[in-house]
Amino acid sequence: MNQIVPAGKRQVTELAAPETQDFVTMFIEGQLFGIPVLTVQDVLGPQKITRIPLAPREVAGSLNLRGRIVTAIDVRLRLGLPKRAEEKKGMSVVVDQSGELYSLMVDSVGEVLSLPAAKFERNPPTLDPHWREFSIGIYRLEGKLLVVLDVGKLLDFTRNE
Amino acid sequence: MDDLLSEFLTETSESLSTLDVALVNLEQNPNDPQILGNIFRLVHTIKGTCGFLGLPRLEHVAHAGENVLGKFRDGELEVTPAAVTLILQSIDRIKLILGHLEQNECEPEGSDEDLIAQLNAMAEGRSNPSAPPPPPPPPMPTFESVAASAQAAAAPPPPAPEPEPEPEPEPAPVANVPAPAAQPPAVAAPTGVSAAGAEAKESAVAAQTIRVNVELLENLMTLVSELVLTRNQLLQMVRGKDDSEFATPLQRLSHITTDLQEGVMKTRMQPIGNAWAKLPRIVRDLSVEMNKKIDLQMLGAETELDRQVLELIKDPLTHMVRNSADHGLEPTDERKRIGKPEVGKIVLNAFHEGGHIIIEISDDGRGLNLDRIKQKAIQNGIATESELETMTPQQIYQYIFKAGFSTAEKVTSVSGRGVGMDVVRTNIERIGGTVELKSLPGKGSTFVIKIPLTLAIVSALIVECAAERFAIPQISVLELVRVTANSEHGIEMINNAPVLRLRDRLLPLVSLKRQLLLAEDSEERQETFIVVTQVGTYTFGIIVDRVFDTEEIVVKPVAPILRHITMFSGNTILGDGSVIMILDPNGIAGATGESGLLGGAQAAESQTVRESHADAKTSLLVFRAGGDDLKAVPLALVARLEEIDVAEIEHSHGKPMVQYRGHLMPLISIDGSMNFRDEGRQPVLVFSDQDHTMGLVVDEIVDIVEDRLRVELSDGNPGIIGTAVIAGKATTIIDAGYYLPQAFGDWFGRNDKEFGNADFHQPRVLLVDDSPFFRNLLTPLLSVAGYEVISVEGADKALALRERGDEFDAIISDIEMPGMSGFEFAQAVRADGRWGAIPMVALSSHATEKDFERGRQVGFNDYIAKFDRDALISTLASTIAASKGAA
Repeated sequence: MNQIVPAGKRQVTELAAPETQDFVTMFIEGQLFGIPVLTVQDVLGPQKITRIPLAPREVAGSLNLRGRIVTAIDVRLRLGLPKRAEEKKGMSVVVDQSGELYSLMVDSVGEVLSLPAAKFERNPPTLDPHWREFSIGIYRLEGKLLVVLDVGKLLDFTRNE
Repeated sequence: MDDLLSEFLTETSESLSTLDVALVNLEQNPNDPQILGNIFRLVHTIKGTCGFLGLPRLEHVAHAGENVLGKFRDGELEVTPAAVTLILQSIDRIKLILGHLEQNECEPEGSDEDLIAQLNAMAEGRSNPSAPPPPPPPPMPTFESVAASAQAAAAPPPPAPEPEPEPEPEPAPVANVPAPAAQPPAVAAPTGVSAAGAEAKESAVAAQTIRVNVELLENLMTLVSELVLTRNQLLQMVRGKDDSEFATPLQRLSHITTDLQEGVMKTRMQPIGNAWAKLPRIVRDLSVEMNKKIDLQMLGAETELDRQVLELIKDPLTHMVRNSADHGLEPTDERKRIGKPEVGKIVLNAFHEGGHIIIEISDDGRGLNLDRIKQKAIQNGIATESELETMTPQQIYQYIFKAGFSTAEKVTSVSGRGVGMDVVRTNIERIGGTVELKSLPGKGSTFVIKIPLTLAIVSALIVECAAERFAIPQISVLELVRVTANSEHGIEMINNAPVLRLRDRLLPLVSLKRQLLLAEDSEERQETFIVVTQVGTYTFGIIVDRVFDTEEIVVKPVAPILRHITMFSGNTILGDGSVIMILDPNGIAGATGESGLLGGAQAAESQTVRESHADAKTSLLVFRAGGDDLKAVPLALVARLEEIDVAEIEHSHGKPMVQYRGHLMPLISIDGSMNFRDEGRQPVLVFSDQDHTMGLVVDEIVDIVEDRLRVELSDGNPGIIGTAVIAGKATTIIDAGYYLPQAFGDWFGRNDKEFGNADFHQPRVLLVDDSPFFRNLLTPLLSVAGYEVISVEGADKALALRERGDEFDAIISDIEMPGMSGFEFAQAVRADGRWGAIPMVALSSHATEKDFERGRQVGFNDYIAKFDRDALISTLASTIAASKGAA
């Protein structure tokens, strides 16, 4: 992952305008989301997760990533979407938030996209307030829209408790 | 050797060897301010440390040297070879003194006037020319004689090294040294061999230890922790396969890992004395500043504990010692006045006890000021006055651990700023420790800190509950109890609160499933396990489904978003690679309403209070009603036991009743449901007084038992006084006072009104008794007898009612009460006009002639033995009548 990304990045910086940013894309309920590539540590397949009693509902549990304990967050629940069906296997993106690792559970993880700043737009005011809180803005892609997730807010459980 | 001294020696000899090099460099680059600054700093440090340790000779030499260096640094003096030589000389002198220190733990006698004079002269810049004459010769012999030894000692480059056997400057001090055994020969004989010997000796301390970056040690520790985990993982894989070829090498790996773990652990161990090193000085300064004579005793300074733990308790310890010196100990003249020894004592004591380190800090001062703490608690809104009234002193003392709680009347430079004990407690709890407090007014107070030996690796018991695994730190686990469906003692329920009888004690149980809101499994378990856990002095059982093994785990903090869950103290990765939460017994105890610290003291305290009132045996009627658990009620309250034909039960106003001896008797059931048997006979406990009768419907009357009534667990539920062990079984004690008014309170009360008995005045009786049991026993009794009863648990509360303007027709008071006794209470009542005329009846288990007499003298109208309910009712009636008549 880490080896691929810089390569792609270099290519892009050579070709396109300097104002581009790389995003790891992921899908939840068919919607495309993205988070800045440099915040991503790992992409994981289905993992054995230990449930944490009494934890907020969105905290799916914790898992062992090469000797480090990672807290898994169910992004679907965080965005107010229904829980993923049992039989469907999801994927996770591991991010580092001030020294702590969190695994963001999504439906699937896609490719890394380099997106020019020109295609960035603020959140439309009609966006669900719940989503608006976790979204930094929208990228207009061909045929679809990409919602940029605010990882910091996604992991900040202090405000809505 | 004194740890402090040996540390100083190590440190100083390191600095000195650096200094040698630096000085030579300086000679070559006389104008390099950086080198100069460096040298100055080193000498300054040495001087500072000497002053601290009380080494005046060393200090003076260093001071004089520092002066010269200071001039160099400020550019007032030129760095000349002569000057550098002089500095080197003084460094040699320092080394000489250090060598003596190392061997004899004291400074050699003698004077350094010669050297100091030279240094001072140089500093003042006046005798520059006169100074050089002595120096020039020394460098030469030094150079030659030590050249060989210098290499042996791997000391700095030749020009400057250990010029121990300098003939020129030494004679003066050496001649004056009376009996230093090893040093004089080395100094006197400037041969290379003996110089080397002296050299070797001098650096003995330095060679024994090396300095290692703490971070390196921490990394090692982490690595070893991971190694331990991997070892466990391997062991788990091989377990059960007897003939595995890996078994033997694994066994060895396991041993080596354990040894390695212990070894690395030891590198982190430091004597607690290190944390105490600063205290004598602090206390000395305090004693001067506050003009108190203080004797600080430190016991068990060699007790070792983990460096990390040490770091964390250093400040709390300092703070607590300061507190003791500042608030705890009285000023000297006050101590004299109250006949205490002039010198106040503060004792620090550290020792190991069962995997914990206990540190006690005690002083023989005035103890905590209960009234001030109360005031402050009310002022800060932490507690109300009435709450405080019901608390024991020990409970109230715990408030000092709350934030913003300083009872010091004025803020001194030392303490009283209100940041303190809360921080102390937080710090100690952060490392899994506890702090307890005992205080005796006028005798002093003692803090007991209990902390785990190490933080990194702990042994934990792995348990399972609702298919989830959890770790419980072994340190708080006392024992495991297995409970099966057909084992002798099962889990008994008291109003849904599970308890276990464990060796004649009632053990409150906590269901982990319930606490963690885990899903209840549907099928009935054949067996469950109870982990008997201790937090402070509070012991309770945690109900779990299964118990696995104990495992060494590395505690890792939970993610910040989970920190608010007090049930967990961390998480860890088990041998099989899975993540598991570590339960915090403290948090679990807290969640069940019992905070470890407070709870412990409280439990112990209330235990004694109850015991003192439970000397007498009570006859109890044991029965079953509304469930399988046993219930009991004092037999004295029950008039008769009846069996009523279910067919005779009638309903009126939706309330069940029977015709009984020509009257209507209301029927009440324990749980409020009115489910009677379909047919046959229903056992009923009849409570009766005068014309009023009530029937308490029960399922089965079990037994009448005479036993000590010792309520072990109290319950906030109405209708239940608490739980006691009666005839060896956990039994709920029913509060008859709750059921009687259900039948009479509104029923017959309304009747009175209906009869238009307008001037009927229900007499008001004030009942003062500290025992909740007697209050609960007598209140219904008296209310049944037609009195309106107000009960309070102490004389002071009763007097508070007087202040509020309450009026009563009679007062019934216990004699033995904590605080104000019944006799004192009676005097207080009689002394004031408002209640002066109210008849008073004393109630006591000590009903001797002498007591009677004393009771009458202080103003009681009558004196009745406890348990004599008939006498109470009749006496009360006649006393009130008499006083009315008199009025």
